[in-house]
Amino acid sequence: MSVLAYLIPVALGMGGAGLALFFWAMRDGQFDDMEGAANRILIDDDGDGPGK
Amino acid sequence: MNAPAILDPANSVALVDTRLTVPGMRCAGCIAKIERGLGGVDGVASARVNFSARRVAVSHDPALTEEALVEELRQLGFEAQAVAANPLAQDDRESRTLLRALAVAGFGMMNIMLLSVSVWSGAGGVTRDLFHWLSAIIAVPVILYSGRPFFASAAMALRYRRTNMDVPISIGVLLAAALSLYETVTGGEHAYFDSAVMLLFFLLAGRALDAAMRNRTRAGIGALLGRMGRSAGVVQADGSILRLKAEDLRPGMVMLVAAGEVLAADGVLESPRGTIDNAMLTGESTPEHVVTGDLVHAGTVNLMEPIEVRITQTGSDTALAEIARLMDEAGQSRSRYVRIADRASRLYAPAVHSLAALAFAGWMIAGAGWHQSLVIAIAVLIITCPCAMGLAVPAAQVVASGALIRRGLLVKDGSALERLAEVDTVIFDKTGTLTLGDLRADVGGIGGRDAEIALALAQASRHPLSVGLARSLTAAGFKPAAVTEIRETGGIGVTGQCDGVDVALERPEASADRPQVSLRIGDRSSLITFADQLRSDAKQAVAALAAMGLDAGILSGDGETAVAQVSRTLGIPGSGGVSPAGKLAALDNLRRSGGFPLMVGDGLNDGPALAAAHASIAPASASDASQQAADAVFIGEKLMPVVLAVRVARRTMQIVRQNFVFAIGYNVLAVPLALAGIVTPLIAAVAMSLSSLVVVGNSLRLARAARDPVS
Repeated sequence: MSVLAYLIPVALGMGGAGLALFFWAMRDGQFDDMEGAANRILIDDDGDGPGK
Repeated sequence: MNAPAILDPANSVALVDTRLTVPGMRCAGCIAKIERGLGGVDGVASARVNFSARRVAVSHDPALTEEALVEELRQLGFEAQAVAANPLAQDDRESRTLLRALAVAGFGMMNIMLLSVSVWSGAGGVTRDLFHWLSAIIAVPVILYSGRPFFASAAMALRYRRTNMDVPISIGVLLAAALSLYETVTGGEHAYFDSAVMLLFFLLAGRALDAAMRNRTRAGIGALLGRMGRSAGVVQADGSILRLKAEDLRPGMVMLVAAGEVLAADGVLESPRGTIDNAMLTGESTPEHVVTGDLVHAGTVNLMEPIEVRITQTGSDTALAEIARLMDEAGQSRSRYVRIADRASRLYAPAVHSLAALAFAGWMIAGAGWHQSLVIAIAVLIITCPCAMGLAVPAAQVVASGALIRRGLLVKDGSALERLAEVDTVIFDKTGTLTLGDLRADVGGIGGRDAEIALALAQASRHPLSVGLARSLTAAGFKPAAVTEIRETGGIGVTGQCDGVDVALERPEASADRPQVSLRIGDRSSLITFADQLRSDAKQAVAALAAMGLDAGILSGDGETAVAQVSRTLGIPGSGGVSPAGKLAALDNLRRSGGFPLMVGDGLNDGPALAAAHASIAPASASDASQQAADAVFIGEKLMPVVLAVRVARRTMQIVRQNFVFAIGYNVLAVPLALAGIVTPLIAAVAMSLSSLVVVGNSLRLARAARDPVS
């Protein structure tokens, strides 16, 4: 049963990392323009895009 | 990169951000065109398009004005309008809070489930106690964080001595957590942390869906708003034009109103003559000819050549402000509407709470100890917690509104769908609602070469009549002829050369009661008249409404004769010459006699009626105020979305009722188990997830509802 001492913190840590990543993505505005992101892939970008 | 010299860090100035709404962007090409086009303008540091909101955020030098940016966009081929700094921030924050709470609840639920599954599969003794402690350590902060939206709303309701759906939810979650903590501390057999957190997760999913629906449609409507000028060009002493916001205008100033521009204040005409479109303000479709000294009102549109207007009244003194005041008062009646979820909880909450209390009292009398009686009472509360009920309404409504958006109808929120389903009478405005609201040329009289020349000339001008003529001719399938030396003279017309002949589109010599232009080719000249046409499917839409058992009628500010003609064509009763206050009174009468009127209108004069009606719909061409007052906005030239809205709303309420029946049926089955004291955390968790899944699955059937052909 001593393996639980590692496994439970690992499980919590991974879940927590996922949660932290989601919070970061939301603050960073990753979900602000879902439609736009879907369309931007279609723009022919010759290395001179407006996003730099 | 091609960063302009002005942005050199050495002489850099603080950049300012301007947001512009660009309703016309449709594809990836538009994004690239706008971002590259604006990025290349001197003084622009960066331009970033938000495609979902149809906006572009431009970071630029303060020397570059909003008007310059709008002009740049116009040259790129997009109509644009500057908007106030992020008006949607408020809603956005609410949905972000919900999403964060949902993520935290999901994290907690998964980890607690991991531990619970081991307990269910037989872990005992020290392991079970350890797992209960771990669950408690995860669950308590998660419940405190994710439960806040519910606790806050329940506390608010209790403060005003009301109850809503959040009261039984909060009591259930808090009691379950408290009991589980007690069981953990005393080394008891069952802990209900998993149920409490799972309940929060499902309910938050419902709330987040609800918020997502509101945000999506508001972003759509926000993109349509703000197309009307809330500013005016004021003539300065030196003859230059200074652009001022409507609230900065003062009586005595002279404003120059371009063709197609909306007047920002009341005033008297200084120019010799002008033509004013009163449709938004009064519903009158025939343009009014005014001469020097005539009074013109804010909210009306200048149709012809630029005019100068000396401002007499601004802001709260204008005829517009009077309409705004009526709207404020009328809107209050609607806020009394109680949503179906809260109506259900009014019956549900007392029933659940007395059932739990009865269970406690019953087991005490039967001789079980207070601990066992309390456990059973709390099990009753958990099992009856309206988990499926919390999802029943938002799941159905979010699917329905998504389906409606694809058909060109933006419904603002769930309450609007509920009210749309209840309507029994439809009241239409005429101008702009049953009709298209803009001037279309009667192109039946001209054809062939003449039409091609007229199209080439009309395309060269931004005059409202030219725009209308170009649209009508393009729709009729004509291609522009090769016309050279095109020149536009303000107030007179457009001239050019075609095959060595002088051609022109001009203001006719004699003035008529309808707008006309004269097409001159060489020595020949012919008149093209303009009229406001009925929407192409108005007749079918009215028939479809009648088939659904809805009465229809017309209430218009336009003259009696114009209304009578439309009402004869459509076969529905109509009355004309109704003032905004008159429309409001008519709707109030309908409501007092027990009716549920749906108002469909676009003008400012419809605003009070839209706010007072049980439900309301406005076309996307409507005035800002009307779009804000309406529950739903439809896009395009067809009237059918109105029919579709009522049909889908009714279907949605049918699904919502099915969901309720299912949720209650599940409780009827599960409550006896809970009362008998044999509900374990496992049974509660399985029952809760199953019922939620069934409710969501049932709601997804609505995705097809809007696809059904409208007969």
